[in-house]
Amino acid sequence: MQIPIETFRLDNGLLVTISEDHTAPIVGVNLWYHVGSANERPGRTGFAHLFEHMLFQGSADVASNEHFELIQRAGGTLNGSTWLDRTNYYEVIPSNQTELVLWLEANRMGHLLPAMTQEKLDTQRDVVKNERRWSVDNQPYGTWWERLPALCFPDGHPFHHSLIGSMEDLSQASLDDIATFFRTYYTPDNAVLSIAGDVDPSEVRAWVAQYFGPIPRGREMPNRPPMNVAPLFGSWLREVVPDDVALPRLFLAFRSPVFGSDGYYAASVCGAVLGLRSGSRLYRRLVREREVAAEAAAFTYDLPEGSDLLVLDVTARPGVSGEALHEAVAGEVDAVLAEGVTEAEVSRAAALIETELVTALQSAGDRADRLSMFATYFGKPELLNQQLVRYQQITASDVNAFIRERLGENNRASLLYIPRPDGERVEEMGETEAAAS
Amino acid sequence: MSTTHIARPAAGLPRPYHFPEFLRRRIAGGLDVITAPVRKLPLVSVVALVDAGAMRDPAGREGLAVLTAKMLLEGTRERDGAALADAFERLGATVDVSAGWDAAALHLTVLRGNADAAMRLLSEVVRDPGFRERDLARLKAERVAQRMQMRTEPRELADESFERFLYDSTSRYARPDAGSARTVNALTHDDVLNFYHAHYVPARTTLIIVGDLDHEAGATMAEETFGGWAGSPGAPSAAPTRAAAPERRVQIVAKTDAPQSELRIGHVGVPRSHPDHFPLVVMNAVLGGLFTSRINLNLRERHGYAYGARSAFEWRRGMGPFVVSTAVESGVTADATREVVAEIEAFRKAPITDEELSLATSYLEGIFPIRYETTAAIASALTALVTYDLPADYFDTYRRKIAAVSSGDVLRVANEHLHPEQLLILAVGDPAVIEAPLARLKLGTIAVAPAEEIEPGT
Repeated sequence: MQIPIETFRLDNGLLVTISEDHTAPIVGVNLWYHVGSANERPGRTGFAHLFEHMLFQGSADVASNEHFELIQRAGGTLNGSTWLDRTNYYEVIPSNQTELVLWLEANRMGHLLPAMTQEKLDTQRDVVKNERRWSVDNQPYGTWWERLPALCFPDGHPFHHSLIGSMEDLSQASLDDIATFFRTYYTPDNAVLSIAGDVDPSEVRAWVAQYFGPIPRGREMPNRPPMNVAPLFGSWLREVVPDDVALPRLFLAFRSPVFGSDGYYAASVCGAVLGLRSGSRLYRRLVREREVAAEAAAFTYDLPEGSDLLVLDVTARPGVSGEALHEAVAGEVDAVLAEGVTEAEVSRAAALIETELVTALQSAGDRADRLSMFATYFGKPELLNQQLVRYQQITASDVNAFIRERLGENNRASLLYIPRPDGERVEEMGETEAAAS
Repeated sequence: MSTTHIARPAAGLPRPYHFPEFLRRRIAGGLDVITAPVRKLPLVSVVALVDAGAMRDPAGREGLAVLTAKMLLEGTRERDGAALADAFERLGATVDVSAGWDAAALHLTVLRGNADAAMRLLSEVVRDPGFRERDLARLKAERVAQRMQMRTEPRELADESFERFLYDSTSRYARPDAGSARTVNALTHDDVLNFYHAHYVPARTTLIIVGDLDHEAGATMAEETFGGWAGSPGAPSAAPTRAAAPERRVQIVAKTDAPQSELRIGHVGVPRSHPDHFPLVVMNAVLGGLFTSRINLNLRERHGYAYGARSAFEWRRGMGPFVVSTAVESGVTADATREVVAEIEAFRKAPITDEELSLATSYLEGIFPIRYETTAAIASALTALVTYDLPADYFDTYRRKIAAVSSGDVLRVANEHLHPEQLLILAVGDPAVIEAPLARLKLGTIAVAPAEEIEPGT
């Protein structure tokens, strides 16, 4: 599976990738800025994400809410997202609207600040506080989003603090912060623009040059905090969180090789062997055979700097205590550490990953997003075309080398949620177990 | 910074788009097969769609349809669940089961080279299930676990409570599609077997094959794997759907100390087959379907009450709900409620503007191709065609019918199908904070139920 990719850089540093595909009159545009919560200064947690919201509040030539309106009227979809180390903005549109979208993205990259007002900031601050309540505070297990990185990266590390931010810090954000952050990070030399789908590359090149070309390079020095951490935790980190939840749930994390490295692919295959779909080890052992878990999965954070994390995510069955869940999951990790994985397990994982990679390439938006990712992290969007081969090269012995190196007791972090022991809910669990058996 | 403002570019000429051409035929044994060649990538998606949704549950056995569907992936007579999962996954095939109100479906996606082998497995799953006692007990326990989880999950609790209080207690929609802990615990191996034999038969099944193969290859694949399948359907049953007393009222489901209230505001809607479907789709887009809709702009961008707010008609064969959904800071629950009710009332009084109409219709026309970029999405779209008995030219005429909707049509359907005087206003939140302000709105009677009441008998 190879998709066509062409890449060029404007004089102002903007890296642009184009992937032509005329099977449907659809175009995905995806703009990555190399800035995320990792770049926030102390006392401003949540700012990168709040800033993302402000980018939808208009720019010099676009009124408030008009950005959404123009793209929806064009028959397209749009959104943005903020992660630890990057922020992206994306649209999927009928192909005859490509120029409009490029103009809109250029207008906010070049001329955002004239549209920023205190009133807009106050409203988006309230919206984000509600997003925090919705996704973290009023959601069972919702705090795992901030507790797991806090447990796995030391205090002061750029990934340690909350991405969505604290209510106090969100309240502190000012228009001055907006201006400084914009000038520092929202510059063409800190961004990648990808365009995938039904386009004429020469036409796109001309539009990109016309709209993005005049935007000057950044002048402020971006805050690029050091990311390095030791490859292992050094001990078994443990945190138990009594919370308003019905069932215990364990996140068991391991520091793992950074995204894009050889070791990453072994870690990723290991995660799939352990937790991808119902044929995986954890599902077979803990859900089907031992019946201690209701759900079991595994994932990687895909962080390209510092350290990546491989995480097992297992929810208990009713009647199984947090302690018993923890022991069962750790037991499976010990077993795989002692015996390793088989070639058959690795080929099952690789087959599923291959289907997943091809499936993702069907949509223009996904193509553009992945091109931007490889271009932002490694300067090489063409790495997208090598993913399948990288995965296919992984053998059981590669996975077992990763396991020996990273799954030991000196590299585990357990974040265990248990029902708050205030009587009522714990008793209900006992009754339900009796009723179910 | 340079401030050379360049005029906004105009749209170019649109390039044509056609929903993939599909063919529907009946093979020996009575099974319907739909094939849709999509040759972009070497992928095939297959859906085995069975008319065996939760509306077919026998009275008192709520949850049987969903449980039966889930049991299919727990093993065949030849292979147990673990061996079956392994067989699919070694082919790189993803297979999932879903069952809702109106249908059950197995969804398969696989690379073209492994499609024949994966189809043989799929056929084994549908035609020769294992239904082992141990798996049945485990799935029942998993459903109990889900029910416990729901009580602490405000969004699901709100969705489910809304329907429970919206429909009359004799209505199937008043009870969860996958059953309560009590009804699921009572289900037996015989129940599953009987339901399977009555509903999983060729005459109630459609096989939808989308992807990198032509019509003939698709039909051959269907015949080679599902040919010779026999079985006669039992009598179809249809559970009743009826609204509870249709007067405006407020129902709080208590979640003490909740920082947010999950709000659901709405009433009983119309069936998918209603002739006003297209004007209702456009109406809903303007009211609460789009980011730029009136309700979202009001609650999110004007007041900052919520992260987002949306309205939707839940399309079902029966009268599914019309509902506005949002989550607001507890302290503004009554303010947000007032705004939503006012937006619904305003919609019936004056026609929407030309700007609003053209935004909604051009959006709906424009995103039509974007919805169908993947083989799995195309296969899912074809399931709607079968389940709701839509005309064969449905996809070819969709954009034309959307474009034909006028603001007069929207005003007419708003008056016919929006009922502000019948709204159920449901909030999952902290009664100590939200009850008094909601009462001051004087919208109707107000009642408070503990969350535990949503799942009696657990």
